[in-house]
Amino acid sequence: MGIVSPGFHGRRRGAGVKLPPGQYLTEDFPVLSAGPTPRIRPEDWEFTVTTETGQEHRWSWRELLDLPGETPTVDIHCVTKWSKLGTSWEGVSLDTLLADVDTAADYALVHSYGGYTTNLPLEDLLDGQAWIAYRFDGEDLAPEHGGPARLLVPHLYFWKSAKWVRGIRLMDEDEPGFWETAGYHDYGDPWREQRYQGD
Amino acid sequence: MIDDYEDGNALAGPLSEIFTFDVTTADTRCAGCGRTGPVAGLRVYTHAPGLVARCPGCEEVVLRVVRTPTAAWLDLRGSVALRIPLAPA
Amino acid sequence: MARAAVPGRLSWRVARLTDTRAETATARTLVFDVPGWPGHLAGQHVDVRLTADDGYSTQRSYSIAAPADGDRVELTVQDVPDGEVSSYLTEGLSVGDPVEIRGPVGGWFVWRPADTAPVLLVAGGSGVVPLMAMARARRQAGSRTPFRLVYSVRTPADRYYAAELRRPDPGLDVAYVYTRAVPEGSSRPPGRLAVADLNSGGWPADFAPDCFVCGPTGFVETAADILLSLGHDARKIKTERFGPTGG
Ligand SMILES: Cc1cc2nc3c(=O)[nH]c(=O)nc-3n(C[C@H](O)[C@H](O)[C@H](O)COP(=O)(O)OP(=O)(O)OC[C@H]3O[C@@H](n4cnc5c(N)ncnc54)[C@H](O)[C@@H]3O)c2cc1C
Ligand SMILES: [Zn+2]
Repeated sequence: MGIVSPGFHGRRRGAGVKLPPGQYLTEDFPVLSAGPTPRIRPEDWEFTVTTETGQEHRWSWRELLDLPGETPTVDIHCVTKWSKLGTSWEGVSLDTLLADVDTAADYALVHSYGGYTTNLPLEDLLDGQAWIAYRFDGEDLAPEHGGPARLLVPHLYFWKSAKWVRGIRLMDEDEPGFWETAGYHDYGDPWREQRYQGD
Repeated sequence: MIDDYEDGNALAGPLSEIFTFDVTTADTRCAGCGRTGPVAGLRVYTHAPGLVARCPGCEEVVLRVVRTPTAAWLDLRGSVALRIPLAPA
Repeated sequence: MARAAVPGRLSWRVARLTDTRAETATARTLVFDVPGWPGHLAGQHVDVRLTADDGYSTQRSYSIAAPADGDRVELTVQDVPDGEVSSYLTEGLSVGDPVEIRGPVGGWFVWRPADTAPVLLVAGGSGVVPLMAMARARRQAGSRTPFRLVYSVRTPADRYYAAELRRPDPGLDVAYVYTRAVPEGSSRPPGRLAVADLNSGGWPADFAPDCFVCGPTGFVETAADILLSLGHDARKIKTERFGPTGG
């Protein structure tokens, strides 16, 4: 640990709530970005699921909105150590999107407009654990937070919740994504503090 | 908050932990578009789990640095070569 | 696993605050004592790391405001509203308190007294800090290299180093660009940096000046575009973006 600077607390507030190890509470919603913010008009937006056999399932913006929506309220945990509690979203469950997708794959590689990728086991996208979210806090999802739509997988560190989501490739083998090839954990469970490879 | 980036200069501190010379003054060639220029001239995104340096010409990732408590991960796959100025041998 | 510091690689040093000066209502110059400081070039910066008593820690970059002077390191910090680090440095840190510093770093955005090309400094808000270090290094070295500084601020009260920049310094010309409110008698209405400002306050591209541009990201973008449109060689334009804020 470094030398303590007296009276420095950082932007953190609200002790007393149970957070994953090493996390701090934040009230605002920090914007993280590893590149320029893609601007995708909803009419150009498309979401594609590709199975391990190469079969493609595609949804336009309209088709996505026509699916039954859900309104999860969840806690989110960013690997840069902030956690935000009780965030409310609206989106389509991956259970709904994957219902008619015929696959025996174990892994998913999520990819985004702008080139970002992230990997996770397929089972973590199912059973009410993940959504394609298009509204946050009652408003359309802003581009800096991943709009028009982002993946929401709140039980894993938030880098897995890919912004500007464009598609998911289902695969038999795990393939590391953008941060996972640069030292971050392949799974990323905040409660087990799986930040980096080897944690 | 669009295009919230800094210059490659901002990499000087984090890279000084890894290298004994100042990498930001080295020239790099982008693997995406072939553009050549100093690492100090790349666009660095710092509000992220790591530092991501992109080519100012084509916006492809040229270099990434992730600092874990016990290691630094350096990814240079977006750069074809680094030309590091040295004193005459 | 304890690891000895590798020679040549930088690690964190303890810096203690010895003095502060208000530059504006919201910016302070902080003078630190850093034992064993190796010296630095004008334009270089340091990373400052703050650690709380529970181990939480965060770091930011700050330009060095003055030329090398023994163990003394001067920074000027703009208090950004809600800024995690800048607010602590400008308001929370007391004389005698420690922070950690890594540096000096950055060998690209630097001016050396041996450089002889005319110099154009273009500053937006707190972006004047490393450029002031260059102007001060020039004066300290007795260099005759001609310097021009075009300094964009919101209002006259937002100028850093106002008294020092008012004092005559032969060979250093200073022009202000006010974006919100101008001083009495000023002929230029308030407004953002424009082509005319760098055309009249800068050097013709034919003189092949070294251009240093520093400030918030949006400002640097604008200024660098103007310099390119005025015919300056991209290789002669060095930029240092402070991020979205930075005054
Ligand atoms: C090479 C270099 C040199 C610099 N030199 C100086 C200098 O000499 N003087 C100086 O005053 N500053 C300088 N800066 C800027 C400085 O590093 C800090 O960015 C600045 O002090 C703000 O830090 P903070 O912790 O106070 O603010 P932060 O807490 O980081 O927040 C700053 C502002 O950005 C917003 N913000 C917070 N998080 C994010 C996010 N994830 N994405 C977008 N916006 C966000 C906040 O709401 C706030 O308005 C320099 C920067 C660089 C890169
Ligand atoms: Zn390129």
